[in-house]
Amino acid sequence: MKKVLLTLFPLVTVLLMVQGYHQAIYVAPDDAMQGYVFRIIYYHVPSASVAFLFFFISLIGSVGFLAFRRSSPNRAQIADAWALAGAEVGVVFCTVVLTTGPLWGRRAWGIWWTWDARLTTTLVLWLIYVSYLLLRRFAAGPQMQTLAAVLGIFGALDVPIVYMSNRWWRTQHPAPVFGGDQDSGMKDPTMVHALLWNMLAWFCWGMLVLFLRYQVERRHQQYAAIEAREALEASA
Amino acid sequence: MSSTLWTHLAKDLRIEWRSKDAINSMLFFALLVVVLFSISFDPRGAFAQQIAGGVLCVATMFASVSALNQAWAREIRHQVMDAQRMAPASGAELFLAKVLANFLFVSIVQVALAPVFLVMYNLRVAGQAWLLALVLPLGTWALVANGTFFAALAIRSRNRELLLPLILFPIFLPALLGMVQATTSILTGDSDPWLWIKMLTGYDIIFTTVSLLLFDVVFHAE
Repeated sequence: MKKVLLTLFPLVTVLLMVQGYHQAIYVAPDDAMQGYVFRIIYYHVPSASVAFLFFFISLIGSVGFLAFRRSSPNRAQIADAWALAGAEVGVVFCTVVLTTGPLWGRRAWGIWWTWDARLTTTLVLWLIYVSYLLLRRFAAGPQMQTLAAVLGIFGALDVPIVYMSNRWWRTQHPAPVFGGDQDSGMKDPTMVHALLWNMLAWFCWGMLVLFLRYQVERRHQQYAAIEAREALEASA
Repeated sequence: MSSTLWTHLAKDLRIEWRSKDAINSMLFFALLVVVLFSISFDPRGAFAQQIAGGVLCVATMFASVSALNQAWAREIRHQVMDAQRMAPASGAELFLAKVLANFLFVSIVQVALAPVFLVMYNLRVAGQAWLLALVLPLGTWALVANGTFFAALAIRSRNRELLLPLILFPIFLPALLGMVQATTSILTGDSDPWLWIKMLTGYDIIFTTVSLLLFDVVFHAE
């Protein structure tokens, strides 16, 4: 059953990506104000949501690691693998957001970048998780996992500041597509459909990469455990 | 005030009183940053008013990193840190004592730096000057509380001195933004700094609470 799912899911993901691309490039109409370049939204917004979701998964993993690290080491290792995978894949998606954003902004606003609240805070979020990955590289052994989990929690604390800042501060970035005020968001249903298809496709793609990264990290942990045991037996 | 906290605080203050290492190095470093910025940007007139707040905050930030690294590095010598770990006292009090001591040091540096700053940038405070006495301590607290926490975290890693700024600055960025915006709006008198003061207060409360809660985890990580 697991095997079937493992082969089926990537297939479904690829199909969804094809459908998402078709919807975004051929079905959805041009934007009344921005024209063709507006289609970048179908990559920008899904990547942003996936990045935020994965940072959230990383937070859950970090909290889980701290909660289980004494009582159940195996669960703690699983949690730590999720924390790492979430942060790493999240950084990749966040990079996509920070790359597509300026490309779009150059055409829509006439500038590559502006130090507006949401842009700045997304950049800050990216910096925080890169520093998280750096810490994981610099520290060693089981204490690294604890330290990384703590930093992960600190990093995640910035996320609500990031998101709320959009509403607290005056901002050049448009109001969110979903859950904004009445004048914001998309009016054309085909546009909304295209966006939803792409959200789904990129979500599945993200989950696939996340899961693979998680599996790699689990293998890595198991290998490290075997090595540690062998070293212990050799010295005994 | 509990006696554990007071003991740690008194010890740190006494060491600093005798050596004056942290304050002297921070003061000189901050002065250097101010001079470097002046040479790089040639601040005059209204432009000086605009960037002065930012330069002051960044100078404080860079200067305090060196002192924060030393704050824990000192404890490693003679296995003091191991003794502190074994002591049946709450790590939160040790942490709070260190934060208070470093807060005091950085504040002294800021007070000493302020006149130099006013002279070199030909500053004239256009807004309500007394608000600076609120903004700077709030920003400094955010810097020192997070900095002390992350210094304790970085000290456990391979290249400790290098790691502290790398993990501290991204987390500190929102507070730096608030601190710079508030200081600038006080100096220029163009806008209302209260939104930023509230934001800084919120940031301080959130991150100090979490630091206090998680300090034992970091301190006893093995």
